[in-house]
Amino acid sequence: MSRYAAMFDRLAARGEGAFGAFLMLGDPDLDTSLGLLGAVIAAGADMIEVGIPFSDPVADGPVIQAAAQRSLAAGVRTADCFALIAKVRERNPHIPIGILTYANLVVARSRERFFDEAAAAGADSLLIADLPAFEAEPWAEAMRGAGLGPVLIAASNTPADTLVRIARLSQGYTYCVSRAGITGTHAEARFDPALVAALKAAGAPPPVFGFGISTPDHVRAALAAGAAGVICGSAIVDCAAGGGDVAALVRDLKQATGNDSAS
Amino acid sequence: MRLNGRFGRFGGAFVPEILMPAIEQLEAAFLDSEEDPAFRAELDELLANYAGRPTPLTRCRNLPGRIYLKREDLLHGGAHKTNQVLGQALLARRMGKTRLIAETGAGQHGVATAIVGALFGFDTVIYMGAKDVERQSLNVFRMQLMGATVVPVTGGAQGLKDAINEALRDWSASFATTHYLLGTAAGPHPFPLMVRQFQRIIGKEARAQILEREGRLPDTVMACVGGGSNAIGLFADFVVDEAVTLVGVEAAGKGLDGGDHGATLLRGRPGILHGAETYVLQDEDGQISDSWSVSAGLDYPAVGPEHAHLKDSGRARYVGATDAEALSAFRLLAEKEGILCAFESAHALAHALKRARDNPDEMILVGLSGRGDKDVAQAQALLGRPA
Ligand SMILES: Cc1ncc(COP(=O)(O)O)c(C=O)c1O
Repeated sequence: MSRYAAMFDRLAARGEGAFGAFLMLGDPDLDTSLGLLGAVIAAGADMIEVGIPFSDPVADGPVIQAAAQRSLAAGVRTADCFALIAKVRERNPHIPIGILTYANLVVARSRERFFDEAAAAGADSLLIADLPAFEAEPWAEAMRGAGLGPVLIAASNTPADTLVRIARLSQGYTYCVSRAGITGTHAEARFDPALVAALKAAGAPPPVFGFGISTPDHVRAALAAGAAGVICGSAIVDCAAGGGDVAALVRDLKQATGNDSAS
Repeated sequence: MRLNGRFGRFGGAFVPEILMPAIEQLEAAFLDSEEDPAFRAELDELLANYAGRPTPLTRCRNLPGRIYLKREDLLHGGAHKTNQVLGQALLARRMGKTRLIAETGAGQHGVATAIVGALFGFDTVIYMGAKDVERQSLNVFRMQLMGATVVPVTGGAQGLKDAINEALRDWSASFATTHYLLGTAAGPHPFPLMVRQFQRIIGKEARAQILEREGRLPDTVMACVGGGSNAIGLFADFVVDEAVTLVGVEAAGKGLDGGDHGATLLRGRPGILHGAETYVLQDEDGQISDSWSVSAGLDYPAVGPEHAHLKDSGRARYVGATDAEALSAFRLLAEKEGILCAFESAHALAHALKRARDNPDEMILVGLSGRGDKDVAQAQALLGRPA
């Protein structure tokens, strides 16, 4: 069984949703980044999502843009990111690890090499922010061939036939965006139960909401909409960048994934 | 999506899923408009009576060789940009959008977008690198005079590439009311196709004009290539004429061997930027490099995907002209022909002059994509007072 499936099963048995924590690899440097990843896992993250920094992240808001810039300014390269993932994997044999990056970094290495290196480092899945379902078929096939789960994004405005395609191509989980726009904590999140239902009906892997999740109320609302979990990115990255207590934030948000967590 | 948006292996639509419905809506509106005589009639009327088409074809009297200039510098707005902003503005209105966003480098496309924003009453927002805002304060003021809001972009290198990033970010939240009026034949499908179709009027007119004047096709057709819109517009109707050599001129900046240039097709590698698979200036890992050119309009680390295809298929050739070569062509055109052209266009002319010196009988058609008013202050700083 895949690490994602095992995790979702285990949490479902306890009546909990999955809490995913996003961090940018190498932000602000490789050592600090390794420490932060350890901290969010120790604080209760069920899955982690790690960014490989790209110079031109068009799907990201200011917080994650700045994180990528810090990492690149520290001289972090793609190979360093894979090495960092391998270290996290060594210490955490069971936690699902997903990579989030942009298409140009993949083609620069060649798809096959990038996917092989990601899988060898111990990653379970890969989400390419600028790869819509329209283009994803050959990429998803190559990912599966390398033992990497393709994760695609679904939104409330995604047409029904595209949702079916997303369901067919995805493995591990399905990334649902809670609103239009880019990553970040400002705009109002909307957790669309119809989107979750449509994905489930199409046989998609468990839907997980991301984009703009920063409070326990967001977590509860996302799970109430039927999602199997949430991913919190900008709020964690922002907290870490400001020297805040990342572990406390993760504990707070993870707490809200239990079915006895009503406020 | 009705088409796959490919030019050979290049192109496609590599945008976040959230933007796909916006792109599909645009593709549908564009393809429908191509079948709609009323749309074409309104666009033709605007091109003729508002923008000033057809533009003249001028034979140079005093430059060496047989050089013809297609005079997009005489178009309203001062560059070829006006051709396609009129088309996209009509599409935006057709889709019921009330707001336009656009990126701009030197400000030429920003001014063009502000023009249609004023003409059709759109709420218009222009993203412009903070550095460019400072360097091009007159163009910023022009946009503001026509009612546009100019937003300085402080991310990245604060240039054209960063302005496109910011416009895409805006669009992914605002597409319900907003049309992204991309300024060149690059970006995700359907932009490269749509912008080419709106710009091909340049080559269509030029082909007819030169046939009438010379009774034959030119030997060579040349244009500068930034994102590639004026070049693809000039080339499009000549692509089938196998005997006509097509040459795109990229910014060789301070020289092709250093890192300071915008020669994407000559020095880049295939990659994916701003929604398209195309040639990209990048490092080994795929991080995008900063480009350089004395002309802001050629200072872009990617290029329209159709040029990538024309290069790989061998139908067009791509060469470079340095900052210095472009500046001396700019000056020569002013001195010998009484025409101040844009620095961008001067790159095409620089290469034409090289060819003309070696082959005085070669009939060369050069796309003079824009006028030089916007560059006069910079020219004064770079060239000093003419002797
Ligand atoms: C006068 C002029 N020519 C050429 C260009 C380059 O763009 P493209 O390659 O899309 O024609 C620009 C861009 O700003 C321009 O202003």
